[in-house]
Amino acid sequence: MFTRRPYSDIVRSHNTTLEEVLETLADAKESLITDAMRAEIGKESSEWTCEVDKLAVRMFARSVGHQDPVYYDEAAAKAAGYRSLPCPPGYLGTSVFNPATSDSTFGGRRGEGPGPQPSRPLTRILNGGTDIEYMDDICAGDVLTAKSHLAQLEERTGSIGDMLISTNKTVYTNQNGKVVAISTGTGIRY
Amino acid sequence: MAVKWDEVSEGMELPTLKKNCSTQQLVQWAAGSGDFYQIHYDKDFAMGTGLSNIIVHGALKNAFLGQLVHDWIGNQGRIKKYGCSYRGMDYPNEDIICKGIVRKKYQEGAEKLVDLEVWTENPKGQKTTPGTATVVLN
Repeated sequence: MFTRRPYSDIVRSHNTTLEEVLETLADAKESLITDAMRAEIGKESSEWTCEVDKLAVRMFARSVGHQDPVYYDEAAAKAAGYRSLPCPPGYLGTSVFNPATSDSTFGGRRGEGPGPQPSRPLTRILNGGTDIEYMDDICAGDVLTAKSHLAQLEERTGSIGDMLISTNKTVYTNQNGKVVAISTGTGIRY
Repeated sequence: MAVKWDEVSEGMELPTLKKNCSTQQLVQWAAGSGDFYQIHYDKDFAMGTGLSNIIVHGALKNAFLGQLVHDWIGNQGRIKKYGCSYRGMDYPNEDIICKGIVRKKYQEGAEKLVDLEVWTENPKGQKTTPGTATVVLN
């Protein structure tokens, strides 16, 4: 049975930190993350193609509300030192649509099956965030090859209950073989 | 006018970018981004999933923060990295105020770098999309 002792006493007697105590308590519950899920970390997806063309750059820029002419007028883009219309921040080309393999809602490659599932069912999903690192300009005319992998799995308990937080990284390589961007997406299942 | 390196100081605020999405803008974004998920333009569908209304795409708010930074640095500067977390929902016809502040100004080799804290604020003043950016101002 549980014997109540002052918390400070536990910390002192085990020479441990609050975080370590909480981790130990969390470990007592079965992890959402199974070995099969862990085995997926780092596995590279098959690659897909993202085209960057003037029409799409203009459409993206217009929908955001960009005012800078470099996103619309090729002469202005060249005068500013770009090869053609540059990608506005957040735009990394459009996945080439294939009715047989693309997702009809999101346009991207359809998932390759649901993959290994967590130890307890989680039915809802949230987009947790997006981070992009740029290594070079991406301009209309570029053809990017994208490849993604699961980088990290974490679990946390929050106000919405148990959460499985997965971090996916997608690496974009241009037609010259140069890695031009890496995007990191966070997905939360709960 | 784009900011110049000499003008940048830590604690400096970026000019605010005010957005307020019409449903038309959300449809334009659906086409521009390729994300046609109905919770962003079909109110019946959105409510059927338990939402109170159509919601603004997270990635659109990410792009707004990109515009905030781009407009500040102009085409002489370059975004090295930027990103944000989607903490709260935003709705059409409500202000989304994009803000930023300079957290660090430093040099690494030949690169003149600035770290920014960026975020969007809803009409209640809540930060619904907190993020960071690093820009090069050479």
